[in-house]
This record gives sequence, structure tokens and C-alpha cells, in this order.
Amino acid sequence: MGESAITVKNLTRRFGDFTAVNNINFEVEKGEIFGFLGANGAGKSTTIRMLCGILSSTSGTAEVGGYDINEEPEMVKKHIGYMSQKFSLYEDLTAAQNIEFYAGVYGLENSHFDERYRWVIDMAGLSGREHSLTGELPGGWKQRLALGCAILHEPEIVFLDEPTGGVDPISRRGFWDLINDLSDKGHTIFVTTHYLDEAEYCNTIMLIHAGNIVAGGSPQELKTDYIEYSMYELECDNVIDAMESLRTKNWVEDVSVFGTSLHIGTNEEEAERKVREELSDAGIEVRRFERIIPSLEDVFVHLVQEDKRISR
Amino acid sequence: MFAISFVAPVFQLIMLGYAANLDVRNVPTAICDLDNSRTSREFVASFSNSGYFEQRYFVDEMKHIDGLIDNGEVALAIIIPRNFSRDLTAGKSPQLQIIADGSDANTGTIGLNYASMIVSEYSGDILMKALERRTDVGNTPKLIKAEIRVWYNPELKSRNFMIPGVLALLLMVVTLILTSLAIVKEKEIGTMEQLIVTPIKPHQLIIGKLAPFTLIGLVDIILVLLVATLWFGVPVRGSVFLLFFLCAVFLLTTLGLGLLVSTVSRNQQQAMMTSIFFIMLPMIYFSGFVFPIPNMPPIFQYFSYLLPLRYFFVIIRGIFLKGVGIAELWDQALILLLFGIGILGLAVMRFQKRLE
Repeated sequence: MGESAITVKNLTRRFGDFTAVNNINFEVEKGEIFGFLGANGAGKSTTIRMLCGILSSTSGTAEVGGYDINEEPEMVKKHIGYMSQKFSLYEDLTAAQNIEFYAGVYGLENSHFDERYRWVIDMAGLSGREHSLTGELPGGWKQRLALGCAILHEPEIVFLDEPTGGVDPISRRGFWDLINDLSDKGHTIFVTTHYLDEAEYCNTIMLIHAGNIVAGGSPQELKTDYIEYSMYELECDNVIDAMESLRTKNWVEDVSVFGTSLHIGTNEEEAERKVREELSDAGIEVRRFERIIPSLEDVFVHLVQEDKRISR
Repeated sequence: MFAISFVAPVFQLIMLGYAANLDVRNVPTAICDLDNSRTSREFVASFSNSGYFEQRYFVDEMKHIDGLIDNGEVALAIIIPRNFSRDLTAGKSPQLQIIADGSDANTGTIGLNYASMIVSEYSGDILMKALERRTDVGNTPKLIKAEIRVWYNPELKSRNFMIPGVLALLLMVVTLILTSLAIVKEKEIGTMEQLIVTPIKPHQLIIGKLAPFTLIGLVDIILVLLVATLWFGVPVRGSVFLLFFLCAVFLLTTLGLGLLVSTVSRNQQQAMMTSIFFIMLPMIYFSGFVFPIPNMPPIFQYFSYLLPLRYFFVIIRGIFLKGVGIAELWDQALILLLFGIGILGLAVMRFQKRLE
């Protein structure tokens, strides 16, 4: 175990009767890419906002960069960069003016400014467009500029709240390359997302559901540790009917729809034969049946269902 | 933004300078002279010569008056009874009837006041003439003559009274609304959240947000002063520097209120509505802009002490019209300053670098 950059202890946040974050605990190691996964409304943004000192916690606390978020929020702010879900730039200022503004706010030394300015412009690919209004830049550029402004001061820890929401797939890929570069340079990255494919890029993943942490570990650990049965994918007509007829069987652990196909989790040795029999009785033709390595999505769906079962 | 900050106040002042006018002249009047004698015609002439009444209609019968008042054709009707001149010569007191349209209470009241003034002057003259004819009395009694002088605004032009008030209102509207909207807008677009996670100090953030509106406010003072003096010819009898300085003190309260509104509002509509209904309208109604404070029920008179605008009106009208200085206004200025520091201080305390 390396040193930890973030330590969360019994962190809780309630809004009235609603518990957005329920007594969560975890650690983030220095220099890793830490993915915080969950559906919309699961408590991801609330957690990230508490860690950045924007929201106060109802109870519990956390140390970020060695400072307590409730005791020394201003010290925390000196050591972090934060990029929110919305692109929080001044759209009526030019790209260059936004960089200058945030450089001023972060108190960047003049001698250091030129170098950082160039870095942001190059990183965001804004050469020649420095003097365009930020509001007129395409989404991917705005997003990289926002990242650049958030980390102008080279913070130890970078918080990214759904950084790739509403960005095209190519830009998303490019953005993750940037995140990897930052991590290589020693920055700790805390990123929330609900794209499960993005979670594969993370060193550690924490799954949050309805305010509770339901699982954590490396993507590999999640796939092997949490699913204790084999996973199969099958293609057939009428997946919904197929799912309904398989769900009630006691040898089926898990069944869910993935696009046009069905994922089935079972410990049954002769899974293929039994499934084909079952479905042909129901008049459904199976076109393809194969064993697969569970994806993070399978793990996620499994854990969320598990969690629902327990809480019921 | 430029238009809202600088053009709108000037435009408003010009409009209000003409519209916010309570002077009553040329009250449309109907005359029903049933006597139709030389005396009655002379009496009627004294009304038209006063300049306050415009004789729009002469009617022969009283019943025509109803229609004229109902239609709003006239605001006042004077009915001279049939035996007006005969009663006068006979030494009897004739009954004169004056009807006023009370639906416009302001014009009605002022019209009635003018009318009774003219009537009492006319009666006085008759009395004096009668007494002078009675030679048997050695010393003829004299009537008291009041010599009236109106200070500061000799023509009692309501414009002179209103325009300084409008200046105060404009200053309040522009700085209060722009300040609250500007901060709430940053909450809406998310840049406030971004600023909160930076190491910027709360006071730096507040100064940064208030400075532009202070500047806009100060420029507006100059613009509005120029229009008031050059366009409307309202005199500034006191020190312009003192006026400017105390306007700046007043800005502390409006900027503070703007900041305060922004801390309780989540979006721009809320900020706008809060500013208008909970701050601006009560200030306009209760601080003596149009409605005299001594006419209010006591509880509202006490309430008016809580409104910074009340003190600022005294200051601004004092400097404009009376030409008084800090020696006379120090108490009002001090209260205003305390309000400014208090409101701004409260707002700064509430304005935390946290969302909630």
C-alpha cells in the first residue's frame, strides 16, 4: 500500500430526510486513478463536493491531501483542482482571458504563468483560437480548457465530476489520454463517471449505489471477486420473454438484458443445454450461446440487484 | 449591459421627471350660474383669473353636471344659486355649492383647497367694501393678511421635490438588482462552484463582485445629476461633493442588500422577485418618496425607520433644495452609514464559500 491521498471516514450527507451519502469509508492512494462509479443520483457528486469543500458533511469527515475537509477546507482547496459537471468557464470571455482569470485566482507567479499558459493552450489544442470566445468553442475544446483552468496550479489531487458527460466518443478517448498523462506525472485523479467502459481505465473503482458503497477494487478484482458464477451471453428473439421465463428457474443466479442479447449467470454445468431446452419449450429460438468474461456492467448490475435484495 | 446600466437610468429619469408630477393646474371645471347677474359673473371671473381652473362648460341646469363628472369631463363643478346677488345685497349669506370628483383624490383635494381660498378672498373683499361704506364707524376693522413665503421651492414645483427622489430610486434599483443578479447568475452557470474550490478569500470574491457595480453606481450618479440639473433645471443648492459622497454611502446599503438577496436566491428569477417585492416596493412606499410618512399609521411610521432610503431622501432633498450641509445632515448621514456597514456586514457574513 502506498501513501493515501484521500481518506474518507464515515462520511454522511443528508438533505432533509433524504440521505444522499450514507456513512461511506474508503482510501485513495497517491498517484492512482480512482473511479467513483454510480448511477445518476447515487451520491457521486455529493461526495465529490464534500471532498472539495463545497458542501459541508452532515457527519463524518475526510482528509484530502493531509487536510481535514471540515477543519481546514481552505488548505484543502490549495492542493486540489476541481472540474464540475458543467463547464464552469466564463463563456463571454475568450479562452486566453479564462486562463488569465484562473491564474489570478490561483495566485500563479508571473514567471510561472507563461509556461502554464502554453501548456493549457497546447493541451487543449487551442493554438490559434486563444482569442475565440469560450462560448463559441466546440464541446471537446471547452472541456479540455476547463480541465486546464482547473489544474493550472498543478494540484496534487484532481477531482473530475463526470468530465466526459456530453462529449463525443473521440474527445472522450482523448480526454482519458490526458487523465493518464496526469496520473503518470504523479497527480492523484479522483473521477466520477457512469460510463462503465471508462471505469476500465481506472486503477481502483468504488461502486456507489443509493448513497452506499457496494463494492471496491481494481476492475479485474471486481470481475473475479464479486461474481461467483459463470457468465453466458445468448442471442435470441424476444429477449424480454426469454428473460422472464429464465428468471424464475432456481439454477439461474442472474439474468439481465444487454442491448439485443441476454446475459445469464449460473453455476449449472450444462447451462447451454438447459437454457436451450427451456427456451424451445417457450417457443423462443436461440441463435447464439457462449460463455463470456463478465464485464464491469455485469458486475455493476449484479451488485445493484444484490444491494436491493439485501435492503429489502 | 451597457444600455441597462447607463442608458436606462437616464431614460427613466427623463420619463419620471415628466410623469411624476403632482402639480394641479387648470382643473377642468363646470359652472352652473343660476343667478346670472353681474355679481355672479364677477365671482365666476375670479375663479378663471386664478389660473387654477379651466372653465370647460357652462350649464344652465344642475342635472347636466352629473354627466360631466361621471364622464370625467370635469373634476370640479361650481353652482351659484338663483338668489346669489340678491342675498348678498340684502346682507344674507348666500349658499354656494362646490362639487368635486373624489375618485381622483389628489386633484379633488387640491381643487377644493384652491376654490375655498378664492371664495374666502372674495368674501373678504365684500366684507371690507361693506365696512368702508359704513362711515359711522371711526376705525374700520381690518382682516388679517397672511404673507406667505415658500422657502426652497418657491413655485412649489413638485418636480423639484420628485427628481432628487427619483435619483435615489434609480441608484437603488440599478445597484441592488444588478448586484444580486450578477452573483446568482454565477451560481446558475456553475462558475460560483468553480470559484468556491479555489483558494480565493471570501472578501476578495465579494470585492471583485461589488467593485463593478459600485463603479456603475457612481457613473450613474453623475449621469442622473447632469440630467436633473441641465435638462430639468432642478437646482443643486448644496455641495455636489457632499451629495456624491453621501450617494456613495447609500450605495453601501444597496450593494449590501444585493449581496444579501443573492445569498438567499437560487436563481435569477428568485433574486429579481425578492429584490422587487421585499425590498424595492416597501422602500418606495414607506420611505417618503411619494406618500408622506406622517400620514401613515404609527406602526408603519416606525417601520420606515428601518429603511435606509428614508434617511437618504432627507439627505438628498436637503442638499438639492435646501442647500444644507453636513452640519445639518450629520445625523441622517451617520444612520445611513451604520445601515450600510450593518447590511454589508451581514451580507458578507452570510456569503460563505460553501453552497449550503
